[in-house]
Amino acid sequence: MQSLNSCRVKIVYLFNCEIKSYLLQLDNFAKYFTIRNGGLILVSVNLLIIIPFIAAALILFLQKRVSRIHIGWFVLLIPIILFIFLVRYIPNIANGATYLHTINWIPSYGINFSSYLDGLSLIFGLIITGIGALVIVYSIYYLNENESLKHFYCYLMLFMGAMLGVIFSDNIMVLYVFWELTSISSFLLIAFWFQRKRSREGAQKALLITVSGGFSMLAGFIMIGNITGSFSFREIIAIIPDFYDHTLFIPAMLLILLGAFTKSAQFPFHIWLPSAMEAPTPVSAYLHSATMVNAGLYLVARFTPVFGGEGLWFWLVTVVGLVTMFWGSFTAVRQTDLKALLAYSTISQLGMIMSMFGMGSAALNNGYSADSVVYTQATFAALFHLINHATFKSALFMVVGIIDHGVGTRDIRRLGGLATYMPITFTIAMIGSFSMAGLPPFNGFLSKEMFFTSVLNIREANIFSLEAWGTLLPVLAWVASVFTFIYCMIVVFKTFLGKYQEERLEHPAHEAPVGMLIAPIILAVLVIAIFFFPNVLGDYLIVPAMASIFPAFAAEADLGVTISAWHGFTPELIMTIGVVVVGTLLFISLKYWKRIYALLPESWSFDSLYNAVLETVETSSNKITNFYMTGYLRDYLVYIYLFFIIVVGGTLIYTGALNFDIAGNAPIDAIDWFIAITMVVGSIAIIFAKSRLTAILLNGVIGYGVALFFVLLRAPDLALTQTVVETVTTVLFLVAYYFLPDWQKENSSRKTKSVNLLISVLVGAIFVVVALAVQNEKLFESISGFFENSYELVGAKNIVNAILSDFRGFDTMLEVVVLLIAGIGVFTLIKLKARKGEEELENK
Amino acid sequence: MKINNVILKTVTKVVIYIILTLAVYLFLAGHNSPGGGFIGGLVLSTAFVLLFIVYDIETIQKALPFDFKKVAALGAFLAVGTGFGSFVFDVPFLTQAFGYFNLPFFGEVELTTVTIFELGVALVVVGVVVTIILSISEDV
Repeated sequence: MQSLNSCRVKIVYLFNCEIKSYLLQLDNFAKYFTIRNGGLILVSVNLLIIIPFIAAALILFLQKRVSRIHIGWFVLLIPIILFIFLVRYIPNIANGATYLHTINWIPSYGINFSSYLDGLSLIFGLIITGIGALVIVYSIYYLNENESLKHFYCYLMLFMGAMLGVIFSDNIMVLYVFWELTSISSFLLIAFWFQRKRSREGAQKALLITVSGGFSMLAGFIMIGNITGSFSFREIIAIIPDFYDHTLFIPAMLLILLGAFTKSAQFPFHIWLPSAMEAPTPVSAYLHSATMVNAGLYLVARFTPVFGGEGLWFWLVTVVGLVTMFWGSFTAVRQTDLKALLAYSTISQLGMIMSMFGMGSAALNNGYSADSVVYTQATFAALFHLINHATFKSALFMVVGIIDHGVGTRDIRRLGGLATYMPITFTIAMIGSFSMAGLPPFNGFLSKEMFFTSVLNIREANIFSLEAWGTLLPVLAWVASVFTFIYCMIVVFKTFLGKYQEERLEHPAHEAPVGMLIAPIILAVLVIAIFFFPNVLGDYLIVPAMASIFPAFAAEADLGVTISAWHGFTPELIMTIGVVVVGTLLFISLKYWKRIYALLPESWSFDSLYNAVLETVETSSNKITNFYMTGYLRDYLVYIYLFFIIVVGGTLIYTGALNFDIAGNAPIDAIDWFIAITMVVGSIAIIFAKSRLTAILLNGVIGYGVALFFVLLRAPDLALTQTVVETVTTVLFLVAYYFLPDWQKENSSRKTKSVNLLISVLVGAIFVVVALAVQNEKLFESISGFFENSYELVGAKNIVNAILSDFRGFDTMLEVVVLLIAGIGVFTLIKLKARKGEEELENK
Repeated sequence: MKINNVILKTVTKVVIYIILTLAVYLFLAGHNSPGGGFIGGLVLSTAFVLLFIVYDIETIQKALPFDFKKVAALGAFLAVGTGFGSFVFDVPFLTQAFGYFNLPFFGEVELTTVTIFELGVALVVVGVVVTIILSISEDV
């Protein structure tokens, strides 16, 4: 009754706690809806993340209800609402406000669903929702009603929600959850046309690479959590300076960088991005140019206040970025598929942004000083180019989609002369490509100039031994830009100008429907608008984002940079002119020097390395498994006994428990010797027995010998049982004798036999040694004294029986059940065995 | 060729009673001297095995119309059931009780619940051993 009472108390207590937590949550809930900032109702950003997920769930029910209207129109509402929602935050964020909301998830582990809205996440949020809305408009015209639209939009909404979760999460563990959700939803989107083999392969590759990166990132996050004791970004940034010397600091940094690099398709993990081009074009435009690949950049930017200032971080991010930039642009020139070309160009541009984030982190090396501020300009340029890239690259992808849709091919060799048939598409493509190449009057020009400025600035820094290697950075950047120029020209000139080859196209070229053009036109207008009014963007979006990357600097200095299209004859301008001149010359002479790509054979690419690794892992693990899983019971017994020998024998030797002392042993009579020798002879004879009957009988000899020992050692119950059991089992043996195949002589090789002999002798020896050693190590008094009172306790004079049925009756009960199960088992095996014909069925 | 082993059959008819008596003795004596449910059951089943070996299976099954699977199941039920029985008296599982009673004709006798438990054990042993031997030999 007492336990019942305490239970009741506990329940009441828990109930109270429950009520309290509910009240607390209600209280929190009320807070989300409080009116702030001059009447604007600011609902929590958490809601922003959750809305797309709710939409994703509802979409699945939508298609049945409305069949006449393309469901994309309903889905479109969501990014538009979210975009407007975020736009309303811009003035406050620009004034330095930040918003933090926490919903408890697993408070005991410090994992809470907390959203944090500041300048940095606002930029990404606007890109995700803004381009998301445009992509949905585009997809409405791109995908026809026969496609599985509800799945498409469901995955897309899942992705959007996950992406918003990544950028708005303050808690790194929650960020990781959303991070993997983006990987999964992008996997689903890439394989949207799952009937195609290449789509499935591309999806698998993307998932494998991004998830392994994500997993290492998780390890890094856990390390960070261990170092600082917190999973919250803001807390980590605040206390990380105390832990720069921590042993886990560098490993955590490397692991997190690995996650960022794999997600952002940095060298050499870039290979998944070109394969992911098998996805529908709206997906490529959205995921693989503007959002998912930016997640890694976001992570690097977010972690700059944590790890920036470390030499390793600077070098890794900068150099990997520049190498990616170069390799991406160099490889892009080689492509013949427009989408693959754009994929490599995305890789290249992401590398450029990544390297700028790296260069910007140099500012944190010595903390705030007036000299360091100049390096923050690189981060400013990175954020600026991030926005620019999102605009022009999405437009370009949409253009490629229009071409693909219109003429049925994306192969550059079959395209040409489309400008007359597709004037608007051509204009958009030209704007996008020239912007990407860094030409005025497009936004790419501004950010490319700023990129050169930052590369030149960093060359002159005398930190991180830059004075020795710093000159390499501008050179690499410049060469990469030349190749960027070349492939941009390829996009425009090879596709739209030149000879029109109608016979090689599937459909005659014609201008795209208006609906398909809406989104790229808006983006193209943005590209130009940003060129003419860059400072609006700078002041309202980038400066507040800089405040979150360089919190210490923002308090001291104005981190804003005035972007100007014309800033005199600077080295940057000369570099750009050089890019244009050299790029034009190289583009004209393309067919002469294109042969250098043949120098690098196909089998040397990272793609084939990936394939080879995947194949090798599979075949070698198969080999290893086949090597030890032979299917022979004998081999498995060998493993088991070897393990026994190594573990038990090793322990005996290691602990030195080999001492035994026979002084306390009872004297051995002649009859003992006689029985023992008989049993030894019998057991050795079994090994050499020529017929089965001999073996059975010899086995009986051993069994009755044991029974005799029981008699001699005064165990009458055991002796009785042993005798009868031995008899019954011998009878059983004889009954089964009839069914057994002929007794075969073991004809294994001498080597196998000697291994068997060695193992059996060792096992036997170890058992003997253990038995003797145990005899010597009696640590406690035996408990048998208790059972000697069995007559008083249970009224039985037979102690053995009293123990069996009374003191330890539970064991006996279960043994009886074991016996019953064995009987039923034998019965079913024999009576219910498969009839002819059923055997084959069973083996399938 | 059919062998008429009269001697064996005749001897069996006598010996079987000795074995059965021994089995019952061992079963009942278990509490205070060597023996008990397990050994009693085993000896009892050897008696049946002897019958099956000497006579043919059909004859014996006609004489002993038991389904030995059910015998085994009944035994297991008794063994586990005595365990649950102790709950009726609000004592832990499988608690056994004993007492001395003055029975007419027998005089003072010790009666204990262990006997029921042991009976279960014995029935399971008999049932299982005979089931196994029967199923294997019927499969010939």
